[in-house]
Amino acid sequence: MPPIRLPFRGRRTDFPPDLWTRCPSCQEMLFNKQLEKALRVCPNCGHHFRLAARRRLELLLDGGSFRERDAGLQSVDPLGFADSKPYPDRLAAAQLATGEREAAIWGTGSIEGRPVAICAMDFGFIGGSMGAVVGEKVTRAAEAALAERLPLIVVSASGGARMQEGTFSLMQLAKTMAALERLRAGRVPYISVMTDPTTGGVFASFAAVGDVNLAEPNALIGFAGARVSGGTIAEELPPGFQRAEFLLQHGFVDRIVPRPELRDEIVRLLEYLVPPRPAEASAEVAAVAPGFRPLSFLNALAGRPVETGGDGRSARPAAEAPATVPTPTMPAVPATTGLGLRPAHREAGSPPAEAAEAPKAGEKPEARQFETQTAEAETGAAVGARRPAEGARRG
Amino acid sequence: MVDRLLGRGPREGATPAEHGTPAERAAAAAYARVQLARNLRRPHTLELVRVMADEFVQLHGDRLFGDDEAIVAGFARIDGRRVVVVGHQKGADTEENIRRNFGLPHPEGFRKAMRLMELGERFGLPVVTFVDVQGAFPGAASEERGVAEAIARSVGLMSRLRTPIVTVITGEGGSGGALAIAVGDVVIALENAVYSVISPEGCATILWRSADQAAAAAAAMKMSAAEQRTLGIVDIVVPEPGEGAHTDPVETARRLRAAVVAQLDALSRVPADELVEARYRRYRALGPFEVVAAPTPPPAERGLGDRLRGLLDAGRQTIGGSLPANLPNLPNLPNLPNLPGVPHRDEPPAREEV
Ligand SMILES: [Zn+2]
Repeated sequence: MPPIRLPFRGRRTDFPPDLWTRCPSCQEMLFNKQLEKALRVCPNCGHHFRLAARRRLELLLDGGSFRERDAGLQSVDPLGFADSKPYPDRLAAAQLATGEREAAIWGTGSIEGRPVAICAMDFGFIGGSMGAVVGEKVTRAAEAALAERLPLIVVSASGGARMQEGTFSLMQLAKTMAALERLRAGRVPYISVMTDPTTGGVFASFAAVGDVNLAEPNALIGFAGARVSGGTIAEELPPGFQRAEFLLQHGFVDRIVPRPELRDEIVRLLEYLVPPRPAEASAEVAAVAPGFRPLSFLNALAGRPVETGGDGRSARPAAEAPATVPTPTMPAVPATTGLGLRPAHREAGSPPAEAAEAPKAGEKPEARQFETQTAEAETGAAVGARRPAEGARRG
Repeated sequence: MVDRLLGRGPREGATPAEHGTPAERAAAAAYARVQLARNLRRPHTLELVRVMADEFVQLHGDRLFGDDEAIVAGFARIDGRRVVVVGHQKGADTEENIRRNFGLPHPEGFRKAMRLMELGERFGLPVVTFVDVQGAFPGAASEERGVAEAIARSVGLMSRLRTPIVTVITGEGGSGGALAIAVGDVVIALENAVYSVISPEGCATILWRSADQAAAAAAAMKMSAAEQRTLGIVDIVVPEPGEGAHTDPVETARRLRAAVVAQLDALSRVPADELVEARYRRYRALGPFEVVAAPTPPPAERGLGDRLRGLLDAGRQTIGGSLPANLPNLPNLPNLPNLPGVPHRDEPPAREEV
């Protein structure tokens, strides 16, 4: 399949595809170098080509300010999933094609000197689909933004949840939304930037709920795929359906911003959306949620910078994280039939018992506070090794 | 697992799985369970609540647009305990199904659910949700009124709701439309319920390029209640009577009542802030991954060979044997995304319903 769809087949040899790209909107042949220089926006008609995640970060952040975090997070195959091709092969192919380990990159940086936490997605990596790693990175970005009082920016480009991870990918909607609700309660601003395409479970979670929602012109933004909308439910679709302008018209996008103006636009918004200083914020949270114990809340927060590998200000380069080989041993899922207790339930009833128990992955503030940084990788491996129970067996 | 599934024998609406390869038999068994979860005579929220509750006061409308009959909500008294009930509602016959849009909710259904859950929080009533939906309604009206935003907000609200939430997957747990009312402290599933990120037909259409492969997709997604419990998504599986819930709805409801009441009582003893923290941790922990040493990814400008070397060195530590040995010689690497589900970045996107 050629990189672009040609209206008719006659391929002209005087436009070698590694040098030229045809604009799918105006059909003009564009010299690739010029297209890159123009931020991958067609100089002729303004069509926005897709942008790789790292290019996006370069475009938005001050030069050299980006400090990537959690770069070592990598997907596993919890279900032993294979369609025409096993999921691990798909992951390997996507890594080769994009030069990225996963479909999202997050870290800290600055925009015109203003520090931010930022996460960008890469559609080239299995359609930018959200599995456990993408969900984890968005969640960690939100948790770090809250702990460090940094405005959060997420640039979405995704076809939705990653089917190969089954309901685990569905659960990323809950995981990311839970973190964003805490960010909201802490009055830390969140700007969602929707680019072509932002659909399915990504649109139905973090992408839709920015304090300010920005979108690139003509970006496809919608929940259900055209196959379903146009197929199962035979219904005339309105013109411009699920495009950025349609979303603006219906009230789900604040502003449509052409790519060359995106950086300035974000700078302008950040002047209004200023996170509180730490003391202010915790007082606010305590006031917002009556009965919320500030002490336990702060304790929980204190555990999180360890999680993201920083001291709350300076980013620890993820490259320093020690390599680990995931341990194949896995505690059995507690045997409960019928009405027995289950882990989350025990946690709820008696937190100390939970800490002593098989750790639930990810969050374990009480125990984690005293661990050294090497714990990060071990816990991550434990997460990978522990959860997939049944799925670890290829079936 | 497969043996156990096969041991159950064929069910109504199911294709008997006696022939074919083990994989085909497993697929047929998985799909038979999907059909069972969709059985038209299976009890839905109202039928279950009628038996489980001494009283049900249904409330209507989202106060913003309208009332969506694909989701029912109200106050109920279950074994003396006052709760808020929210559930998907499919119809029992064609007429009712038209009224209820075949159980496919619009945004206003989810917004009604949110309104009721907030009432529960404000008046100290636990929330019990019943999940049985193929997915949110995928039409223009739904998109215009922001179905994705409604789902996201509902999921977010449930994650921080300061009152206990018990969720029961009674039939089809279909993607975002299910999760929108399924973020519980405890997730119970009926034995023949299923839970998935996308319908098996949708998954097959996208990954196998053919809806005919729905059975294979159903097996691959491990969507049965028992499998979901093994994965830690579902906490408790409640056995169904006889040949399935549709053969004895009353007994099914009685069993569910016992399960729900036990969980409500346990959760009622947990202080609200601990409850919310535990719920946060429950969902925070779902989704396995690994952490590997992370060399800085090669800049995009560098040649393909460098990128390959960089990635393979890292890849070997992590994915290990799953990397094909001949990868460095793969021809046409830039076209690798030309695979189903891996669209090239300048191709029209593969739209996925989730
Ligand atoms: Zn053009």
